[in-house]
Amino acid sequence: MNRRQAAAAAAVLVVLALVPAFAGTYQTQLLTYGLTLAIAALGFNLLLGYTGLLSFGHSAYFGAGAYGVALIMRYLGVSSMELFIVGGIICSAALAALFGVVCVRHTRIFFAILTLALSQVLWTLAYKFFWITGGTDGLRVPFSKLTLLGGLIDFPGADAFARFITFYYYYVLVVFCVCTALMWLIVHSPFGKTLQAIRDNETRARFLGVRIWRYRWLAFLVSGIFTGLAGTLWVPLNGLTTPDVLYWPQSGKIVFFAVLGGFRNFTGPIVGAVIFNYLEVYAIAVTEYWQITLGAILIVLVTFLPSGIVGTAQRLSAKLK
Amino acid sequence: MNLLRTEGLKKHFGETRAVDGVDFTVNEGEFLSLVGTNGAGKTTLVNLISAFLLPDSGRIFIGDRDITHASVDERIRAGIARSFQLVNLFDDLSVLDNVALAIFAREGKTKRIFALAERDAAVTREASDLLGEFGLGGKSEARAGGIAQGERKLLDVAVAYALRPKLLFLDEPTSGVSTRDKAQIMDTVSAVVRGGGITAVVIEHDMDVVFKYSDRVVVMHEGRFLADGPPEEIRRNSDVAKYLLGIDV
Repeated sequence: MNRRQAAAAAAVLVVLALVPAFAGTYQTQLLTYGLTLAIAALGFNLLLGYTGLLSFGHSAYFGAGAYGVALIMRYLGVSSMELFIVGGIICSAALAALFGVVCVRHTRIFFAILTLALSQVLWTLAYKFFWITGGTDGLRVPFSKLTLLGGLIDFPGADAFARFITFYYYYVLVVFCVCTALMWLIVHSPFGKTLQAIRDNETRARFLGVRIWRYRWLAFLVSGIFTGLAGTLWVPLNGLTTPDVLYWPQSGKIVFFAVLGGFRNFTGPIVGAVIFNYLEVYAIAVTEYWQITLGAILIVLVTFLPSGIVGTAQRLSAKLK
Repeated sequence: MNLLRTEGLKKHFGETRAVDGVDFTVNEGEFLSLVGTNGAGKTTLVNLISAFLLPDSGRIFIGDRDITHASVDERIRAGIARSFQLVNLFDDLSVLDNVALAIFAREGKTKRIFALAERDAAVTREASDLLGEFGLGGKSEARAGGIAQGERKLLDVAVAYALRPKLLFLDEPTSGVSTRDKAQIMDTVSAVVRGGGITAVVIEHDMDVVFKYSDRVVVMHEGRFLADGPPEEIRRNSDVAKYLLGIDV
């Protein structure tokens, strides 16, 4: 990271830290959603942008994180967010490790279809095993039962919502910053460079002695963990998880984040996730045909801005120089 | 001393006998050229030795070790590296990263996930030095996909060379470049490879290049060896003149 990039990151961080002071509870809540989705986008893009694998099944890991929290709360009576994070990571890691073994020996359409199929299996299980998962009613994760920082902060009573949003925003912001720094390190590590080499030229990477599928599997695992962590952070904010988070449109949304922001650069998917969240919320508020609006945006993006918002901005900025 | 030996190596594609029972030896320290017309079986032979293809029958030894059934990475660990006929690079990575990646792979460092690649001073220094040797020092930060064809050819060789192999196969390192670039590439490659004490097998069509740089020349025709000897002997060989150059002596 050069000085300019570091300064820009610091400026963004300062702005993000000031949001609750200037924005209302609703806007802070919206941005918290955006930041959790950005963590999922970071994870997803390790596969798409850096390894060249398009997953249409990342809802599985998002859902594993979300259901992990809900099941731990319901059946183990746990209320600590830190334990939820550990539980969510274990659930999504186990699932990604297993699904990864099946998927990473394939590429292109075969990889995409396999990831989609496996996520749909999980959705069906959540839907059918209603005595465990709550079926279509889902499982509740009320914020009033949640504690942060090892029980130091709690939110008793339904009127503590505004306080919860403020604290939870900062909590998510810290996790988001840690995830972003970690992912930055990963993609600039020898491992990350190896993934990019596999993406660019699998044959040559193989003839450097790289065991391709092991690296793809590891990327799949890391990607699943990040997405699972996003699901873990998302569910207390939403207060409920239902089979919808495992359904394919959720995977489609995660792909949308990367396409919207641009998947061939580091910050694109983050920007894409945050903007998508606002787009979806306001499109739903404005019209009942909100899917048409999002579909039209996707068509415009793919046709005219294939490098996404950040990629296009970078290109324009380079031209102006 | 034999560094590489094949015994009765065979690869057929349907009716085509691409490699037909070849006994091939490469001696330690030599700069060997493998020549022949298109379809003679040169690239197939290299593909078999480097595990890009599996043989129908026959055996391959590096030193005394039978590597016939060894995987690509086992052969790389045994000391075999190769470049490709069509330039095979990581186009979106920088020139430096292309070479650094080969060094990371050689050193078993590619699994390092929580360390910045650029902070590995030893690897960065070695990659920079190597690029300097190949005359690419000024292109370190350029995208590999954005440099000139002659430079890409050199980088292709540099990436394979960075593995520090015992035996380096170079598949047509001068194809698709101008006559001027050809000489420059071969001067550089020959100097670096000989300077590094690496045994090299070069597939080449240009006989001027072959006779100028080789210690030994092996000529292939229809999947078999037609001739094998020092350049002067090959130059005088009537079969080589007939089948390779189309001159009836």
